[in-house]
Amino acid sequence: MKPIVDIEPKESDSVFAKALKEGLVAGALALGLFCLIVGFRTEQNIRNELILTQRWGLLAIFVAVAAVARFLITYTAPWREERKKTRRVVEAKEPSAFRKSFPKIGLGLLFIYPFLVILILAAYNGSMMGGLQGSLKYVDNFGIQILIYVMLAWGLNIVVGLAGLLDLGYVAFYAVGAYSYALLSAHFGFSFWLLLPMAGIFAATWGVILGFPVLRLRGDYLAIVTLAFGEIIRLILINWTVVTKGTFGISGIAKATLFGIPFVPGPNGFAALLGLPNSGVYYKIFLYYLILLLALLTAWVTIRLRRMPIGRAWEALREDEIACRSLGINTTTTKLTAFATGAMFGGFAGSFFAARQGFVSPESFVFLESAIILAMVVLGGMGSLVGIAIAAAVMIGGTELLRELEFLKLVFGNDFTPELYRMLLFGLAMIVVMVWKPRGFAGSREPSAFLHKRKMVSGEFTKEGHG
Amino acid sequence: MISEVQNNPSAILRVERLSMKFGGLIAINDLNFEAKRGAITALIGPNGAGKTTVFNCITGFYKPTEGMLTLTRQNGEEYLLERMADFVITKKAKVARTFQNIRLFSGLTVLENLLVAQHNPLMLSSGFTVLGLLGFPTYKKAAGDAIEKARFWLEKINLVDRADDPAGDLPYGAQRRLEIARAMCTEPELLCLDEPAAGLNARESAELNKLLLDIRAETGTSILLIEHDMSVVMEISDHVVVLEYGTKISDGTPDTVKNDPKVIAAYLGVEDEEVVELIEQAEAAGVDDITAAVDLLSTEALHEIEEAHPDAAPVELIPAAAIADGASSKVKSARKPAAKKTQAAPATSKIKAGSTSNALEAPRAGKADKLILIKGIGPVNERKLNEHGIFHFDQIAAWKKADIVAAEAYLAFDGRIAREDWIGQAKKLAKEGQAKPAQKKTGGAK
Repeated sequence: MKPIVDIEPKESDSVFAKALKEGLVAGALALGLFCLIVGFRTEQNIRNELILTQRWGLLAIFVAVAAVARFLITYTAPWREERKKTRRVVEAKEPSAFRKSFPKIGLGLLFIYPFLVILILAAYNGSMMGGLQGSLKYVDNFGIQILIYVMLAWGLNIVVGLAGLLDLGYVAFYAVGAYSYALLSAHFGFSFWLLLPMAGIFAATWGVILGFPVLRLRGDYLAIVTLAFGEIIRLILINWTVVTKGTFGISGIAKATLFGIPFVPGPNGFAALLGLPNSGVYYKIFLYYLILLLALLTAWVTIRLRRMPIGRAWEALREDEIACRSLGINTTTTKLTAFATGAMFGGFAGSFFAARQGFVSPESFVFLESAIILAMVVLGGMGSLVGIAIAAAVMIGGTELLRELEFLKLVFGNDFTPELYRMLLFGLAMIVVMVWKPRGFAGSREPSAFLHKRKMVSGEFTKEGHG
Repeated sequence: MISEVQNNPSAILRVERLSMKFGGLIAINDLNFEAKRGAITALIGPNGAGKTTVFNCITGFYKPTEGMLTLTRQNGEEYLLERMADFVITKKAKVARTFQNIRLFSGLTVLENLLVAQHNPLMLSSGFTVLGLLGFPTYKKAAGDAIEKARFWLEKINLVDRADDPAGDLPYGAQRRLEIARAMCTEPELLCLDEPAAGLNARESAELNKLLLDIRAETGTSILLIEHDMSVVMEISDHVVVLEYGTKISDGTPDTVKNDPKVIAAYLGVEDEEVVELIEQAEAAGVDDITAAVDLLSTEALHEIEEAHPDAAPVELIPAAAIADGASSKVKSARKPAAKKTQAAPATSKIKAGSTSNALEAPRAGKADKLILIKGIGPVNERKLNEHGIFHFDQIAAWKKADIVAAEAYLAFDGRIAREDWIGQAKKLAKEGQAKPAQKKTGGAK
């Protein structure tokens, strides 16, 4: 017989020892990994000589972070296990009052966001003008930038989240939209409001063109072909120099106007007409509301479509394509409409992007953009609009925020540029979310119809689609 | 056979000369049957008999190699299913199906599953999404109706309480019922169920029977089902088609099929060694036709059964076959002389009981005709015929109706002699034999 009583203290004892050991191993691993990457750095000096600089301090920080983190994770493992047991919930939880009203609160905040920023900054600077100028960065870099990605991610959500078709070349439709606006406005002088729907239609057409050859493909094969499609569009933009001016891009794209009122400093401009002081911020605020409305249009259409037979057919297609066909659903047209609808919103966002930047070049439409948009859809929880919006805000806002973190220079030295680490942040965010919430921020799906009571469907029942 | 089928207006589905080959594998071989309107037709057979392949051909998931599948709708429209895409079959020809391994949309709620099934009418009423998106009232009304229809079926399958739960969360039996309800929401005229009772317990199985009978009674939907559970098949089906190795071995009412020795043989099976032996025998006899091979297998197995269970002897079959033909009196007269013969030579006679009127004790001139020349007679049948005193073509050519009944009884064939026109073939062969008697030297039983 083994002495059972002895095991208990030994267990807790060994947890500390085990944690310590694992922490040390993790530290040693980190040392080995980062020794050459972080510990040494080669720089060219003014005479083109390679100079080796040593950064032992930084390396020590890396190693220490790895060791301590591992130690804590292992040490708290039994305690977390215990907590998990008590909190285990099988059914999808009913959302709390805050979570239920979150979309409304968020929407309200989004609508007053520019004015809120201006007011806060005006109070901070002590002058209205200071508030206006200071708000430029927040409205443009945070507001517009995030909302463009929210719209793109919501558009891709139709293809990936609802219809379950893995599209790695979504940025191609964004490019089609941007270039259709840029080229048509430059050559024919069409206005933004005419070209916005046209860009959407062009992109949708390309969506159908992409859709046809990939109809029979599933999963990995579909992903590869859509990836290739994205690259083809980009390479055409680079190489068809007669039309697209290649890598130089198209500059001087016409700005959008508000019912024909241009945002220019002159006497006919928006500011002069309303008797406001001259500032570039009006255009940015106008663009902010424009993209906000476009994004909300995407959301509204998605919500409406989900309650339409076509939306249900998309979701059914994600769940089981063969069963769909056995119920008389034409899966070909269903897939094509999903591609076309998703692409259309990509096209809208593209033409907005061109109007906002005033410049488009193929560099804006690289594969990384597709990957980032897809990451937002996956992190947000496939099919969930709120989750995707949060993911987009965190990922784009996070990278923008990194620029603002000046204090990090105090820690890591003066030549530390935090925004270079944004890919690291992406990777980290992906890993953390996938470990913590494998189904994304919003793991449950809202049913499109109900008989007695709207219950959320837990993510463990939904499928990701076959491609 | 085919013309007979074509003339039958009560058939909702006619399967004619259906063949499906996957490379070298023949999954279905020249299958003919029909499903009657408003009836429950069961398709049974051992595993791998090709039942699901038949379903996949009917519902358009496979394109048959050969054959014709004609569906006649209630309004008289005819559809050739083998030419239509799978979803068009459901949409236009109104054939719905379920799957052997349940294929529900597990992430959608029970209600949504039933709404997806109403995709096509809803699509129309939503003006192909455009009108619905703009909020036209026609769609709202149609959506309300769709939910009501879903509720009707949920009540039928006892799942109203769970309407808002994900379909993947339901217990197995409920998932089976939901799949049937989902298929019914497409308003089919022919419902194809692929093993609906698989994995159900006895109570659930009984509920399923009731559900299927209800469906037929209330909606007039014809049902075609594949099933292994004999309690379901025998209880509810009006007509049973038995498949083995892709070939139809029996076709008739549940009772006839149940007592068909070939079916019993197919289900009980013959031992492996014998199968190999029989296949070799078939090859040696130059029979490469699957039908003949199956005949060979099942007739051989029949002997086994006769030995093992004397009760199941073919004699029992005669009344059943006779009743089916409506010529019981003739059978009696046919059996009497045969019986007399056995009485006359009880010990020495080689002729077995139940023989035809013109049986001989031994072949004329000590040499039998090669009966396997008649299409439909294999080596085993030839041996049996010989045992029953039939050695010559002219004997078969002289058969009357009663003789056919008697012969079919011991050969365990049901209507095949007439179908394959043995008598006509025998007459022709007998004539040829008179013209060139030397040719048949190598033939005959040994």
